[in-house]
Amino acid sequence: MEKMSRVTTALGGSTLTGRTMHCHLDAPANAISVCRDAAQVVVAGRSIFKIYAIEEEQFVEKLNLRVGRKPSLNLSCADVVWHQMDENLLATAATNGVVVTWNLGRPSRNKQDQLFTEHKRTVNKVCFHPTEAHVLLSGSQDGFMKCFDLRRKDSVSTFSGQSESVRDVQFSIRDYFTFASTFENGNVQLWDIRRPDRCERMFTAHNGPVFCCDWHPEDRGWLATGGRDKMVKVWDMTTHRAKEVHCVQTIASVARVKWRPECRHHLATCSMMVDHNIYVWDVRRPFVPAAMFEEHRDVTTGIAWRHPHDSSFLLSGSKDSTLCQHLFRDASQPVERANPEGLCYGLFGDLAFAAKESLVATESGRKPYTGDRRHPIFFKRKLDPAEPFSGLASSALSVFEMEPGSSSMSWFVDTAERYALAGRPLAELCDHNAKVARELGRNQVAQTWTMLRIIYCSPGLVSTTNLNHSVGKGSSCGLPLMNSFNLKDMAPGLGSETRLDRSKGDARSDTVLLDSSATLITNEDNEETEGSDVPADYLLGDVEGEDDELYLLDPEHAHSEEPEYVLPQEAFPLRHEIVDTPPGPEHLQDKADSPHVSGSEADTASLVPVDSSFSLISVSHALYDSRLPPDFFSALVCDMLRFYAEQGDVQMAVSVLIVLGERVRKDIDEQTQEHWYTSYIDLLQRFCLWNVSNQVVKLSTSRAISCLNQASTTLHVNCSHCKRPMSSRGWVCDRCHHCASMCAVCHHVVKGLFVWCQGCSHGGHLQHIMKWLEGSSHCPAGCGHLCEYS
Amino acid sequence: MAEEEGEVRWDGLCSRDSTTRETALENIRQIIVRKAECLRLVKETPYRPADGLSDAVSLDGLNKLLAHLLMLSKRCPFKDVREKSEFILKSVQELGIRIPRPLGHGPSRFIPEKEILQVGSEDTQMHTLFADSFAALGRLDNITLVMVFHPQYLESFLKTQHYLLQMDGPLPLHYRHYIGIMAAARHQCSYLVNLHVNDFLHVGGDPKWLNGLENAPQKLQNLGELNKVLAHRPWLITKEHIEGLLKAEEHSWSLAELVHAVVLLTHYHSLASFTFGCGISPEIHCDGGHTFRPPSVSNYCICDITNGNHSVDEMQVNSAGNVSVSDSFFEVEALMEKMKQLQECRDEEEASQEEMASRFEIEKRESMFVFSSDDEEVTPARDVSRHFEDTSYGYKDFSRHGMHVPTFRVQDYCWEDHGYSLVNRLYPDVGQLIDEKFHIAYNLTYNTMAMHKDVDTSMLRRAIWNYIHCMFGIRYDDYDYGEINQLLDRSFKVYIKTVVCTPEKVTKRMYDSFWRQFKHSEKVHVNLLLIEARMQAELLYALRAITRYMT
Repeated sequence: MEKMSRVTTALGGSTLTGRTMHCHLDAPANAISVCRDAAQVVVAGRSIFKIYAIEEEQFVEKLNLRVGRKPSLNLSCADVVWHQMDENLLATAATNGVVVTWNLGRPSRNKQDQLFTEHKRTVNKVCFHPTEAHVLLSGSQDGFMKCFDLRRKDSVSTFSGQSESVRDVQFSIRDYFTFASTFENGNVQLWDIRRPDRCERMFTAHNGPVFCCDWHPEDRGWLATGGRDKMVKVWDMTTHRAKEVHCVQTIASVARVKWRPECRHHLATCSMMVDHNIYVWDVRRPFVPAAMFEEHRDVTTGIAWRHPHDSSFLLSGSKDSTLCQHLFRDASQPVERANPEGLCYGLFGDLAFAAKESLVATESGRKPYTGDRRHPIFFKRKLDPAEPFSGLASSALSVFEMEPGSSSMSWFVDTAERYALAGRPLAELCDHNAKVARELGRNQVAQTWTMLRIIYCSPGLVSTTNLNHSVGKGSSCGLPLMNSFNLKDMAPGLGSETRLDRSKGDARSDTVLLDSSATLITNEDNEETEGSDVPADYLLGDVEGEDDELYLLDPEHAHSEEPEYVLPQEAFPLRHEIVDTPPGPEHLQDKADSPHVSGSEADTASLVPVDSSFSLISVSHALYDSRLPPDFFSALVCDMLRFYAEQGDVQMAVSVLIVLGERVRKDIDEQTQEHWYTSYIDLLQRFCLWNVSNQVVKLSTSRAISCLNQASTTLHVNCSHCKRPMSSRGWVCDRCHHCASMCAVCHHVVKGLFVWCQGCSHGGHLQHIMKWLEGSSHCPAGCGHLCEYS
Repeated sequence: MAEEEGEVRWDGLCSRDSTTRETALENIRQIIVRKAECLRLVKETPYRPADGLSDAVSLDGLNKLLAHLLMLSKRCPFKDVREKSEFILKSVQELGIRIPRPLGHGPSRFIPEKEILQVGSEDTQMHTLFADSFAALGRLDNITLVMVFHPQYLESFLKTQHYLLQMDGPLPLHYRHYIGIMAAARHQCSYLVNLHVNDFLHVGGDPKWLNGLENAPQKLQNLGELNKVLAHRPWLITKEHIEGLLKAEEHSWSLAELVHAVVLLTHYHSLASFTFGCGISPEIHCDGGHTFRPPSVSNYCICDITNGNHSVDEMQVNSAGNVSVSDSFFEVEALMEKMKQLQECRDEEEASQEEMASRFEIEKRESMFVFSSDDEEVTPARDVSRHFEDTSYGYKDFSRHGMHVPTFRVQDYCWEDHGYSLVNRLYPDVGQLIDEKFHIAYNLTYNTMAMHKDVDTSMLRRAIWNYIHCMFGIRYDDYDYGEINQLLDRSFKVYIKTVVCTPEKVTKRMYDSFWRQFKHSEKVHVNLLLIEARMQAELLYALRAITRYMT
């Protein structure tokens, strides 16, 4: 309404002019119809039946057809239609089942012409034959369609749909004898007007009632239907079986559908409930409406294009008692408000990017996107050159793949699967996890675990002698000697750290770290799991040599270090310094692309510095463990968790959170925890690590997370005999009365873990199937299927 | 003492696997026998008079278990459970403990037990239904046993009810049962209240809430007003009611929750109608469903007395029925004749528009005066009345009290087009389920009428359906309300009116005096029509108010 543009269209001799405008009616409208000359519109409703002239600036009431002393139900209109050949002829469908025709040429005030009271229930729709002057068709709630010849007093023929209420009837525009009817049970029928005995064709178009249909004005075979299931479907009726060619999903049940003149793929829809807008869709672009009219304040009940050869004027009537003329030019275009670009990270670090073609064209010319490391794949959708339509944009999708190998997320999967999160004492958990991390080459993480063990377990769990022992050994590698070495080496090593797994050249700094952590851990391992095959040989010979010496020194060390009680604080400047060191150039780019993608490769690099700094601290801490309560470190640990999470390694953050449980939980606010949990669970699920994710959900203490598992899970089971879904829970299929979940190997009912092939749905006890598959790859049931179990 | 021995777990019995059931039963047997023996020991040792209280408690606990076993022995769809339960009861009796026996005459007080399907003699389709129902609820209630006259409907009904109470939905489980209690209590339906009090506690509801609505959260208290209006005068619901519930600060309902609540309320209002309309007896394991007294003491249960249904009363009606067999035979014939006439003469006799309109008004007005003569106020039993407030608020006819209510036109707001879309949008899948249920209830027919076969009863069914909607002020433009007067006689109208509007006043006399030649299954069929029409009428008013609020 704000924009008031004026449009003039030349149509042969006449011209259409006008603007977006509306006028108030006295009562809600149920239907509208336009006169052939596009200058008048009729509005009908329960208590309104008027003709308005469409003038340039406004609607002008021309005629009120509701005359008589007492308004009768015959005037309570469900539908109205204006003859497209004869401007004096109108027909209405009344809610009480009467079909009325009106002749505007009558001299008296009452223009009512004929009254057909043949239907027993409400008539939902009336329709004139597009070329024949005297043929009228009606469809009623009673399930019948009747064809009237206006020169006679009663119906010429009656068509029985044999199903439920008729919701819409429409003569085909091109086929003289054909009409389509839609039904409340979802069917669409095609009839030949000469053969009332049976329909030519019937098919189920929608789930639930089909409220409306419309033949394409140009394309002979196309029929659009709209239903309560919120869909608009376009059917190609020329083929032997009606074929669905397009489908548009709307947000509410579709009450009316009308093809837009002169635009082959456009149609307008309005809904019956909840949604008040009128949409114009391009059926080839079914997700975003091409245009949207938002004038009405209540549901729109009738829409009509003003002229069959003009595509810019749309008229509509509504329950809010207004009649509107919409100008296509004034429509709002949701496309414009939509975000034209999309970006998504793949599971393995691939990046997909979709954008308007024009945007991408300029960008793809730029260097970074076609860089040496990444290989863009380029898709381009062809524009339909025949259709001059601004709203239909074509977009390009580029996919950037990671270099094979560099993007491997296997460390994530392995870690997730092998970490132990609960069920054992804290010390053991930490050790186990440290070991896992170390074996995967993630030394910094391993060290963190080790430190956590020392911080939280030493005083309580490890006896004094053991403590001394481990402390001694820990200090052996971490003390001054190494310190300088570490620091010096770390900074330059950073950039290349990503390639840690691959490039042996960088291993030097790692080995140093590795040594220290390895010592720490193996020591503990040796204490607790004696004789295990934990990499004792892993230890470097020289460290072992030092071991003994330093062990002796140990008590003194502890005392001499005492004045440096403030050492922990040192960690912060250290850390910051190292974090600030610029990572490799690729990482900058990576980060620019997505600063917070968790699990992205970037984190590996940035994690290193923290750990190195921590390793220093922890070693020094170890010396004072017996004197410092674990609480002393909680702030530090929290910082550490936050840091990991920020770097994208939520896995670490969540794992530590779970393992430490009560010890740190209170120091981190609920929301952050919840956020970590959800991102970790999300990641796990994307890697199909269902078991792990379930375990995490179960172990989480946050209410919002643990209720994720409470949401009911439905398992749909098919019977392995008749392959139809099993409706009831239990072992016996309702249909074929066989026990459904029989083990194909031992032929007993399986009541525990049941494993089955998704190909042939045979299966059985887990053990039995496993045993069977060792010997054969065919299905044990003998169905010949080559079963696959993954 | 009872607690130490561990809770008895009944849920194992719901399994479809017979070995699971057997182990569960064996556990139950051991617990019960142990308790019974303890009790007997206590009794046999006379020198322990001080411990009377704990005795009573443990006896009470045992009796509850025994009552439950009695229910199982009669009503479990699995034969093995029935037999074993009976066996346990017998063995307890041999220990010298008094065992309960069922009271009343089967699932319904109106329908002789022999007419109703016996558990154990059902066909496979029904057995599946029973097993489903039993697995979901751990019982086979009397409503199910009566509805099984119409298995097609029952399936849809159980599916819907199961979805409403146990599947995904916006409301927590105990809220759902509590709302069920609130709704049933509006009609003083102690049967439904008892059932759902058990369920409510079972899903972890707070027992304090059961002391009265004022002990429930504010959010539920707010719903009380809607419950009241919806149950008795749904045409008074406005969008202000809806707004009041949705905008109550921290106690507000969300739209989805509200739709769930409304569906539950209407479901239980109409289920209360069914309960009274078919004279459903109390469940065997609930209060009033069994007795520990030997059979000679009394012949009728308390509920019968309160409703004036002594056996004496029954006798009278029976004798009256015998006398007028020939009369009632003509009744059916006359009805058939009328239907035929209406079918044929419809086109000739053309009523004017004004007359059509006035016929609706007349029918609407007359429906108000259709009432049973014994209009005395029944004060609700205390334990039920505490679940709702404002007991005086009941069904009031619109124009009798000078209120004029605008007629609700179905053509402007109907279930198929509008109600369905709204419900399905806010509470997915339920729209579909209810829609199916309405369809089945409306279209259900066996083409029989009493002793006649191959009759098209659609006209009669439509008359009943539209008459109920007419009582609620809902008008169909395309219906000639004159038909109602032709097809429904006065005693039938009285019955319909009472069941739909004041179900607590239904008596056996009313049930017996309409359609005397018709089968019981047909009368149950009528009841299905009544409850579905009532539910739709209430839903239409509530949903229209929600729609108005939203626009």
